[in-house]
Amino acid sequence: MESHLSPLIQMKHIEKHFGSVIALAGVSVDVFAGECHCLLGDNGAGKSTFIKTMSGVYKPTSGEILFEGRPMNFADPRDAISAGIATVHQHLAMIPLMSVSRNFFMGNEPLRKIGPMKFFDHEFANRVTMEEMRKMGISLRGPDQAVGTLSGGERQTVAIARAVYFGAKVLILDEPTSALGVRQTANVLSTIDKVRRQGIGVVLITHNVRHAMAVGDRFTVLNRGKTVGTARRGEIAPEELQDLMAGGQELVALESSLGGTV
Amino acid sequence: MPEISSVDKSDERIKSRSRFREALIVPELGGICGTILVFAFFLLTAGESGMFNAAGVLNWSVVSAQFMIIAVGACLLMIAGEFDLSVGSMIGFAGMMIAIFSVNMDWPMWIAILVAFAICLATGALNGWICVRTGLPSFIVTLASLFILRGLTIFLPQTLENKTIIGGVREAAEGDWLAPVFGGKVLTGLFQWFGEIGVIATFERGVNKGMPVVDGIPMLIAWALALIVFGHVLLTKTRFGNWIFASGGDAESARNSGVPVNRVKIMMFMFTAFCATVFATCQVIEFGSAGADRGLLKEFEAIIAVVIGGALLTGGYGSVLGAALGALIFGVVQQGLFFAGVESSLFRVFLGIILLFAVVLNTYIRRIITGEK
Repeated sequence: MESHLSPLIQMKHIEKHFGSVIALAGVSVDVFAGECHCLLGDNGAGKSTFIKTMSGVYKPTSGEILFEGRPMNFADPRDAISAGIATVHQHLAMIPLMSVSRNFFMGNEPLRKIGPMKFFDHEFANRVTMEEMRKMGISLRGPDQAVGTLSGGERQTVAIARAVYFGAKVLILDEPTSALGVRQTANVLSTIDKVRRQGIGVVLITHNVRHAMAVGDRFTVLNRGKTVGTARRGEIAPEELQDLMAGGQELVALESSLGGTV
Repeated sequence: MPEISSVDKSDERIKSRSRFREALIVPELGGICGTILVFAFFLLTAGESGMFNAAGVLNWSVVSAQFMIIAVGACLLMIAGEFDLSVGSMIGFAGMMIAIFSVNMDWPMWIAILVAFAICLATGALNGWICVRTGLPSFIVTLASLFILRGLTIFLPQTLENKTIIGGVREAAEGDWLAPVFGGKVLTGLFQWFGEIGVIATFERGVNKGMPVVDGIPMLIAWALALIVFGHVLLTKTRFGNWIFASGGDAESARNSGVPVNRVKIMMFMFTAFCATVFATCQVIEFGSAGADRGLLKEFEAIIAVVIGGALLTGGYGSVLGAALGALIFGVVQQGLFFAGVESSLFRVFLGIILLFAVVLNTYIRRIITGEK
């Protein structure tokens, strides 16, 4: 499906050095509209550094970022966000004591002018929040329901819906399923599927191969700051991905001693 | 493929809640209950004492208004996630500044007032700046300001005048254009008319014969009402209000969403300082003097009023209207005990008890809204 389109974002040979530490030593990933590109890697593989580079937090030491075909140079995360690259961090940027609609529009409050004064347009915020949450398959008791009463999966979905509503073209999800139960994970994965179908490019960072296989169109494995390889759905088996993530040999040895349970 | 959706059917695990229960989950609940209780109590025990005639109402209204002015500032600051323990010292300090500028240095009153406001707002900004820059708890930072400001408030008049009270402020305020904004009365015509038609009792002898016993609303009360309306609208109806909630709820999340948390917090420290200075100016012009011990313990009274009003000490949740009710409870009880002929030291006992109740009730409400166990 992506063959006749150019990628939304292309990261070419990205390197990032922190002093004497080489965090990224040449990572190349591209993301097409409407695909879910899974970025897999063990702890310390460079996933976090890579998405921070993609979302404008870090400037790459070398390498090239093309966004919609044009070279991009993000000065800070705001640039990336206004270009359409949204990141949903593990730390969700949600405030439990505040209502869903106040959270939804936090930092982007809709304003209504009454005379010379500008007021928070609660009516608009409530309507949009209910609509967007309904689209994602979550029925709220009301827009004034506190985020604290939502489950982890629902919060994740609010964060995703918020990013989509505010015009994300590329949505980076940092380990969205890492702290969730089975059913909530399924809900989040189905949200990812809905987002993808709206033509948004999703970058899913995870170290759970099964979650990646459930929604991913392509899989890129990072190991020790390098791209090990990219495979399409159907081209690779879960076991192979697992091996690549762990760096092959070591895990084979481990697996035999643990009876193939890793 | 049939669309599988749970959109239209509601979650079977969400219990439907009655409207009544829903209506209870507001931050003002404690304040509303407390206000009803307190009024009921004093109507029964002090109803005949003159507490509810014009002069009596004015008496406890003025005291409540004083609490309200500082409670509004403390409320917004607490929702933004910070405390200011220097409010009481700031009241003493601001009053002393006005007295020194206008009496000792012979400045026109309006300049004295404006300069005092400028100094106090700058102090508030400094408090806030230190808190956000160092990341230290505002509890400690403003505890330091509490002592620094109080110390200066005692030191300055002692050095200049060899005493701790500076009088003569009323004379200095004579004919000034700004002083009546803090010390004057509004709606005097209306109250004159009330007296004429007999709604309000009039003086029967003396120089004020024929004048109503209450001849207008003191500016202190006007300030209190204006600050409550301003604070309430700011908090619930504006973008900045959303930022206040966000900054106090979780500063890191708010920052990640583009909320200028530091700016919000510093501005709330300045607003608290503004409220304290309004209080001080009204007081100095009314009393005609500034004393080094003015405003003692006011910071705690403000915080208690805010907590009774339903705000969480941890920030991110609360209500200006609730804080105003908390202040009203305060004023009514403090003056009511006097009207009821009860030993006034029991006021403190009452305060402690009501504070405890309020905090327990708030914790319960918070569990309901956030679904915590």
